[in-house]
Amino acid sequence: MASIILQGTIIIPGEAQGKALVGREPLSFWGGYDWKTGEIIDRRHVLSGANARDKILAIPFTRGSSTTTAVLLEAIRAKTAPVAIITTGIDFFFALASVVAEELYHAPLPLVALAEVDFARLNTDDSIQISTTGIVTITR
Amino acid sequence: MLTLSPKDHAMLRGERGPAAKMAMSIVARMAEVAGAAELLDITAAHIDSTVYIGEAGLEFAERFAALGAKVSVPTTLNVSGLDEHHWREWAVPSEWASLAHRQMVAYQSMGTIPTWTCAPYQTEMRPSFGQQVAWGESNAIVFANSVLGARTERYPDLFDICCAITGRAPAIGLHLTENRAGGILFQLTDIPESLMQSDDFYPVLGHLIGKAALDKIPVIHGMTVKPEEDQLKAFGAAAASSGGVALFHMVGVTPEAPTLAQAFHGKEPIETVNVSMDALRDSRRVLTHTDSKRLDMVVLGSPHFSLAEYKRLAPMLLGRRKHPEVKFLVTSSRAMTQLADRAGLLKPLQAFGAQITVDTCILTSPMLPAEIQNLMTNSAKFAYYAPGLLGKQITFGSLEDCVHSAVAGEIVRDEARWLA
Repeated sequence: MASIILQGTIIIPGEAQGKALVGREPLSFWGGYDWKTGEIIDRRHVLSGANARDKILAIPFTRGSSTTTAVLLEAIRAKTAPVAIITTGIDFFFALASVVAEELYHAPLPLVALAEVDFARLNTDDSIQISTTGIVTITR
Repeated sequence: MLTLSPKDHAMLRGERGPAAKMAMSIVARMAEVAGAAELLDITAAHIDSTVYIGEAGLEFAERFAALGAKVSVPTTLNVSGLDEHHWREWAVPSEWASLAHRQMVAYQSMGTIPTWTCAPYQTEMRPSFGQQVAWGESNAIVFANSVLGARTERYPDLFDICCAITGRAPAIGLHLTENRAGGILFQLTDIPESLMQSDDFYPVLGHLIGKAALDKIPVIHGMTVKPEEDQLKAFGAAAASSGGVALFHMVGVTPEAPTLAQAFHGKEPIETVNVSMDALRDSRRVLTHTDSKRLDMVVLGSPHFSLAEYKRLAPMLLGRRKHPEVKFLVTSSRAMTQLADRAGLLKPLQAFGAQITVDTCILTSPMLPAEIQNLMTNSAKFAYYAPGLLGKQITFGSLEDCVHSAVAGEIVRDEARWLA
């Protein structure tokens, strides 16, 4: 077992741990994420068919529809959301879903951004731990 | 470090009521996350949060409504989950309809303008050059910024309404001149002018550029024709679906790009991409998600059909009738459809056997019956989202292709213009 420790930038603070699901291209949650199940349903996306429920989802940023935030909020409410999301920058769409989830359900979703070189070190099925100080620990 | 104005602080303290307090707390929190130094005044808003997704979005809307939320700037509404007066003609489950309708009522109670359209820029609420606005709906955002030169950041659902209630938005991103410079140069190379005059060129080009530009600002150089408004609308909607494009510059066409140098604010492009016929053919191919010739329904109108589009479609249908096994649907706004009706443009559609849905579209309303599996469209946005959202097969074609196919009862496409 080897560990890699990376310092991320906290977007929305929180602790999380889980298996990684890593997509190296951006994703729209509207038409891309089935909030009833957690499945990635964008049939043109590399993660099509994978399930992100309770995973740590790593997506560089969102593309497409303004409705991505609303879909992620539904997933948080329905408990089909990832336990945390790692991006390569500040993603306003994900951050807003987390802020509104805090307002409505007191359940913010932790969000951390990694530098692109660090993001590139993540692989699907890595065990990942995110700390409240934005430290991302990869174990494989 | 975010500095709020005295009025912002007053809202946070609840001096403009509990709804403004909740809205300002979300705006201020997001301004901090985005690293804004301050908030700025907006003069209009467009609300994408009207799209019914599920209980959480409805709870959010009804929370605001119950707190007595009122918008403080002129505010248009995007599509909802229902054609309010005709949904019973389709497969919309009545329980779903009642939830989606509650969401319509909630947003309407806030003093908004019930436009129910994803093309608010084609209503009288069209913003003008330089106007600061807070718009949701990806195709509307890219149109407002690029074609009109208005200024909005790429705002998500749920945030647009918070800006509308407070009249404030974070001073970030595309609100600020320095962030509106072009990033990637797309050089059109050896593209025949006849293709640039065709409607289906624009969604195909938009899909290609969105995919390559992602979140950077694309600059398109080498146009030899002046595209029409609906062609730019189709281009932007495509680029905002395959990528995160919220602003593009088309040199010699869009208002912030009279020259190449002005599009880049005098700086060098980060990257240059040559757009060849081969790349365009690839992009066109990807928009079609099936090899089958089967056709159950033609669907037009994403973004919503304009009066000009009705005007173009009507003569193509004259004296013809669609195949009995194929449905032909146009999605549009009430306003555009009423104008088309007054202009006598709906008669040929009715005689052809076409149906019209307003307020919503096939992506935001569960209106299509299960037996409809094979769709055809001239919209890159429908083509992009239908497989994932609806689980249906879709073929992309020109408006003419769509009409011919509806008559023939199977998919027929004119490949000639794309072979050159």
